[in-house]
Amino acid sequence: MSLENFLLLSVVLFSIGLYGALTRRNVVVVLMSIELMFNAVNVAAVAVSRYVTPAALRADTTSIADAVVQRVLTGQVFALFVIVVAAAEVALGLAIVIAVYRSRGTVDLTQVNLMKR
Amino acid sequence: MISELGAWAIFLLPLASFALIALVIRPFLGSRSRVSGYVTVLAIGLAFLLSAYALRSTLGHEQAIGWPSHRWLAISGLDIRIGILMDPLTAIMLVVVTGVSLLVQVYSLGYMKDDEGYARYFAYMSLFTASMVGVVMARSIIQLYVFWELVGLCSYLLIGFWHQRPAAAAAAKKAFLVTRIGDVGFLLAILYLFLQRDTAAFAGRNPFEIPDILAAAGMMTTFAATWTALGVFAGAAGKSGQFPLHTWLPDAMEGPTPVSSLIHAATMVAAGVFLTARFFPLFEHSAAAMTTVALVGGFTAVFAATMGLVMYDIKRVLAYSTISQLGYMMLAIGVGAPAVAIFHLFTHAFFKCLLFLGAGSVSHAILTFDMRFMGGLRKAMPWTYATFLIGALSLAGVFPLAGFWSKDEVLLSAWRGDKGVDSLVFWLAFVAVFLTAFYMFRVIIMTFHGPFRGGVGAEHPQPGPPARGEHDQDHAAGEEAAPSVHLAESPLVMIAPMLVLAVLAIAAGYVANPLGDLAGVPAHWFVEFLEEHAEGFSPGLAAASSAVALGGVGLAALVYGRRSPSPEAVGRAFGPIRTLLLNRYYMDALYEGVIVRSLFYQGIARGLNWFDREVIDRFVDFLGWLSRNGGRTVAPLQNGQTQAYGVVISLGVLAIIGVYLVFGR
Repeated sequence: MSLENFLLLSVVLFSIGLYGALTRRNVVVVLMSIELMFNAVNVAAVAVSRYVTPAALRADTTSIADAVVQRVLTGQVFALFVIVVAAAEVALGLAIVIAVYRSRGTVDLTQVNLMKR
Repeated sequence: MISELGAWAIFLLPLASFALIALVIRPFLGSRSRVSGYVTVLAIGLAFLLSAYALRSTLGHEQAIGWPSHRWLAISGLDIRIGILMDPLTAIMLVVVTGVSLLVQVYSLGYMKDDEGYARYFAYMSLFTASMVGVVMARSIIQLYVFWELVGLCSYLLIGFWHQRPAAAAAAKKAFLVTRIGDVGFLLAILYLFLQRDTAAFAGRNPFEIPDILAAAGMMTTFAATWTALGVFAGAAGKSGQFPLHTWLPDAMEGPTPVSSLIHAATMVAAGVFLTARFFPLFEHSAAAMTTVALVGGFTAVFAATMGLVMYDIKRVLAYSTISQLGYMMLAIGVGAPAVAIFHLFTHAFFKCLLFLGAGSVSHAILTFDMRFMGGLRKAMPWTYATFLIGALSLAGVFPLAGFWSKDEVLLSAWRGDKGVDSLVFWLAFVAVFLTAFYMFRVIIMTFHGPFRGGVGAEHPQPGPPARGEHDQDHAAGEEAAPSVHLAESPLVMIAPMLVLAVLAIAAGYVANPLGDLAGVPAHWFVEFLEEHAEGFSPGLAAASSAVALGGVGLAALVYGRRSPSPEAVGRAFGPIRTLLLNRYYMDALYEGVIVRSLFYQGIARGLNWFDREVIDRFVDFLGWLSRNGGRTVAPLQNGQTQAYGVVISLGVLAIIGVYLVFGR
């Protein structure tokens, strides 16, 4: 498996998520699509972290062993953060959805056009 | 020796008088305050004394008294300075300007006594005098141009002094616009001089300083000298009413009579002759410019004199006479005798001022300027008659009055000229001598001799106050009470300046002193004071011109005095020519009908109107249409749908990525 494969997977996931976020009328499905885009980012971050040597370490070829490089986990940590933020975002988003539903009686996004005014 | 401060004071005194009247006297003491007249007379009187002192100071000096000029504006490479040039020409002009102005102001004390705009009148007159003094003393051509335009402004204000009368407002506008045509030429000459600043002629010289220009004139190329001189002459021709820019001067009669007197004698029209004489070295360097000046002057001398033959308005006759005499002065410059021109300006200032004041005195009594309603005034107004007669004799060039000497020098300069054009203009001037004598004695006889023909009452026979016609102008605005003819001499305050001027009209010729040393004044003093050589005196020519002048006087006496043949018969005999003259050669019709109405209104104005409507307005309309319809087109994009915005944002990001991929590397 090479980096390209993971990045292609990430692109496909992101595109599907974007398409869903822009086209679906149901707010819940839109939130799910956004989740998909988060995860596409996570895949890319982890894959890059796994395959690419940080520039600072790349110059120094003597002292640091290849094994150490394998353990630089920046991308993975980022992914964890993103998951946390995504969870919070979903909680907030669903709360908004409920609020919208209470005031308008629908979760159809085409009916929510307050920004026009 | 006069100090620089003293020289500045000649200019600053009338200016201070203007400021004092305009800012203090008129607002606080009222628009009819007597004080304004006294302030003006005092300021100009002091300026006259200083001018006389300045003339005395220059007498002892071979060169001009020089004070370094002061920096006024300096922008890289452009150095405009102000200062005073006190040479013999300036000194003589200063004395003429302030002296004549002083006498006119004294006369105005009486003449304008009952006018509503008494203070305003004296404020303008002070500014007028200050501006003219500024023109005469200017050391820099830019400074000269500023005062030159101020003179134009003041003449506009004074010709249109009774601006509630449409004719006066129109005449003022006409004077302003016609002289402005010439001023464009003058401005172009100044700009052209500036373009010359890097040529060899101006190496180490300032192209705006008059002494530098005069020094450089001899080294300029003939082409440059010709065009600069012609530009300067265009400005001078506008101010001095030379053909074809003469049409404003007869209309300028709409102003109060003392204003006409001042304009015709010392200020406005003298400025043109002064300017040409001031820049004479430029003209001297270009044969083409000299020929132009001589021909325009000679032609104007005869052309204007012929129109003077048929006018009935006494002031209009005098106006055409002025144009004709200014033609003489230009002619003298054109044949290479600027000092003679200034000498003629000097004597002309006195007798023409006198004649206008006399005309004003007549109208003061009978309230009209139309000579058909005058006649027989010599018994009622002996002093006016005597002084007017002296002025007319002087203007006609009768020995031994002032006009004789100066006119004779002009003729002699043309006669002695060696160019072909000189003899042509000599004969033109010679014809004008005859015409001048004829029309002046036509005026004398129609005004002062024969039976009285009723004055304003005969002109407007209906009972009650006369209608405000064309000729009762000087009093229409001034008097609330119904004006009536009172056949009596004018008050002393008006007669006294005329007496002084009459003495000068007799005696001023002796400063030229063409015959020999006289009473401590050496022969040819005036001309030699201004330039190197003097022409001397030619008894034969003097006799010939005197004979012609007396012939004109005699013919006028025959036609208008003895009435054999009667003026009507003469008029019939010259029917078509008389019609042509009465219509002023159709020059006004040409300017107003053909050039202004047909060419400007129908041609240029219509074309510009089309361009404005069809191009500029259309373009502005298109811009409005574009933003309205463009807005309408893109407005639906703002539909409040988050997802629609998202689509646009995504497409935008994609476009940026695309641009980066294609061009980014």
